[in-house]
Amino acid sequence: MGSEVIRSEGLSKRYRLGQIESYATLRDILGRLGGAPLRLLRGESAFPERDRRGHVWALRDVSFSVRAGEVVGIIGRNGSGKTTLLKVLSQITAPTSGQVQIRGRVGSLLEVGTGFHPELTGRENVYLSGSILGMSRKEVSRKFDEIVAFSGVEEFLDTPVKRYSSGMYVRLGFSVSAHLEPEILFVDEVLAVGDTAFQKRCREKMQSVSKSGGTILFVSHNMSAVRSICDRTILLDAGGIVSDGRTEDVVTEYLTGGSDSCETGVIPEDVHRIGTGTARIRSVALLGREGRPTKQLRIGEPFRVEIALAVDEALTDGVVEIDISSLDGVYGVTAFSTDQEEQLVTLGLGEWTVAADLGVSLLPGRYTIDLALHHRGAPYTIDFVRRTLDFDVGNVGEGGAAPYPFEIKRGFVRPESRWHEPTRTSGVSRPRAAETSN
Amino acid sequence: MVSRDDALVRTIRPHRKVFTLGLRELWRHRELFFFFAWRDIKVRYKQTVIGALWVIIQPLFTMVVFSLIFGNLAKIPSDGVPYPIFSYCGLLPWGLFSRGISQAANSLVANQQLITKIYFPRLLLPLSSVMTGLVDFAVAFVVLIGMMLFFGISPTWNVIWIPAFLLVTVMTALGVGLWLSALNVRYRDVRYVLAFLTSLWLYATPVIYPTSLLGGRLAFLLELNPMSGVVEGFRWALLGTGVAPGRMFLISSLASLLLLVTGRLYFARLERTFADVI
Repeated sequence: MGSEVIRSEGLSKRYRLGQIESYATLRDILGRLGGAPLRLLRGESAFPERDRRGHVWALRDVSFSVRAGEVVGIIGRNGSGKTTLLKVLSQITAPTSGQVQIRGRVGSLLEVGTGFHPELTGRENVYLSGSILGMSRKEVSRKFDEIVAFSGVEEFLDTPVKRYSSGMYVRLGFSVSAHLEPEILFVDEVLAVGDTAFQKRCREKMQSVSKSGGTILFVSHNMSAVRSICDRTILLDAGGIVSDGRTEDVVTEYLTGGSDSCETGVIPEDVHRIGTGTARIRSVALLGREGRPTKQLRIGEPFRVEIALAVDEALTDGVVEIDISSLDGVYGVTAFSTDQEEQLVTLGLGEWTVAADLGVSLLPGRYTIDLALHHRGAPYTIDFVRRTLDFDVGNVGEGGAAPYPFEIKRGFVRPESRWHEPTRTSGVSRPRAAETSN
Repeated sequence: MVSRDDALVRTIRPHRKVFTLGLRELWRHRELFFFFAWRDIKVRYKQTVIGALWVIIQPLFTMVVFSLIFGNLAKIPSDGVPYPIFSYCGLLPWGLFSRGISQAANSLVANQQLITKIYFPRLLLPLSSVMTGLVDFAVAFVVLIGMMLFFGISPTWNVIWIPAFLLVTVMTALGVGLWLSALNVRYRDVRYVLAFLTSLWLYATPVIYPTSLLGGRLAFLLELNPMSGVVEGFRWALLGTGVAPGRMFLISSLASLLLLVTGRLYFARLERTFADVI
């Protein structure tokens, strides 16, 4: 019987739409100020743009409470308010109304390698990151050996982190966060970055926190992870709590719910995303054989993924990633822009479109697209958004291809195959089963 | 029910209209302050060999240029000491100020990754930026001592005032830095304003010329600039030039305090929206 560690009452967060636009310049401001007196004289509003701007409620009256030792999943589609909720709980942004009471030390795994500076060595970054995450210097020293051992980068401890491979970078970053020993842990899609071995480690870490009585709030798109770790799940939609209860029930509700999930492929600004943020993925479109946007494909239909990006900081070492996964978050197909040839993407400031033709025949089912833009080297991930666009593959073959023959679908992909005529290996058939059974 | 008696309970509420200095929060995160400063210094010295020497090269080189143009060519008087050391001495606190405000102005934007991911008092960033300037100052100061030996000038007992001058410099740099860093989050062209502002400010400070060159009303305007009192004070304490800048320093301190307080207020007001806008 634990007592409450988190109690949220009527938590709401409103963003003025203008806040999420791109930066103003002083020039704009002066221009607008200059025109104000004239507008006032004419009887109009002094700052018409400001009034015209609407509001968006990222969180609406969110109330819930969490007891010590609970592992709670927080799910919802893009723009549902999951990230905003975590940000408010982590004190990164203040609520507009309502309040939250939190008891105990909080640790946030909102990103791996928080605070890492590419020029500093692994050792230096461990101290820096540890301090940023809230550990005292003494604490970091005490746990230093454990942190290093967990990450497996002992050999390279005194090399600048910019020379690390992406795997090492992520492992070290996570290792520091993992040793926070908080009483309450907020985890977001950290699991999405890294290979399966790493994801397993993350999961184990969360389980150990939970076993020692710690409380975990886990934001994720990966339903199988949520199912395996969380006892209880909260479903958010449009900033409000839709459902709060047993994980199995809530996850099912999410998966079968709303045909307007990830309909358009347009990615809201404040969506849950990971990365340095120097470029943003704005929208995605799936083009079928006719070259028109669609959400319905056939088995074997050639398709193109078209990604719209906005770049704030030019880059010359870009790698674009397209992942296709099942709705419950299991990855099926992954493509990188460097797959066929080591051609790095160069993007200057401004808006860009990147497109890729993927030659894969997906089996019937419901899928979704995750997208990412990385640097080839540290600090790696620039922007990573899950579940950008849902689409279906119907059980119809493209051209002359056959549909999937059975009810129960196994797997994601139909490979190209050429079957050979059966060749006889011997003249005698094997004894029949009935005669050999005992 | 979360026990209200439990000291560990934190309540997160919408921002209150009442303003707090936030000193307790700063103290709680004091270690992080040192880590930020340590990080900035380490990174700077790791990057280039020149980077480490730049701290000395810049004021020295500026001094040479000033000496040639203002000392020799324009023959600006220098209160009885050789022009090179006159200008170098003034350039020291000036450097602390100008580097401080430029580092501080960019500190929030440069750390936007952190600001959107983790909680800590945002004030730490401009604060640590200004403080790292003190390290640079110390290095350049050593060179000044060398120069003083070279010119055979010995410091006066008034050097005990140096810490006071440094304090006012830091306060001014911090005040202006807070204004600029907060503005920079919203209006990204602050960067361009900064270069312009710094140049202008240099000419409004008696670094190149002595205050004694100006008369009456102009001299008064000069006094409103907090850096004037500092620079004159530095030269007075180290080189024995001019008169004790009593009144000037008093006005400087007040102006500096004003900048700091208003800067802190503005910063606090915008702070609540940093993570949203950045």
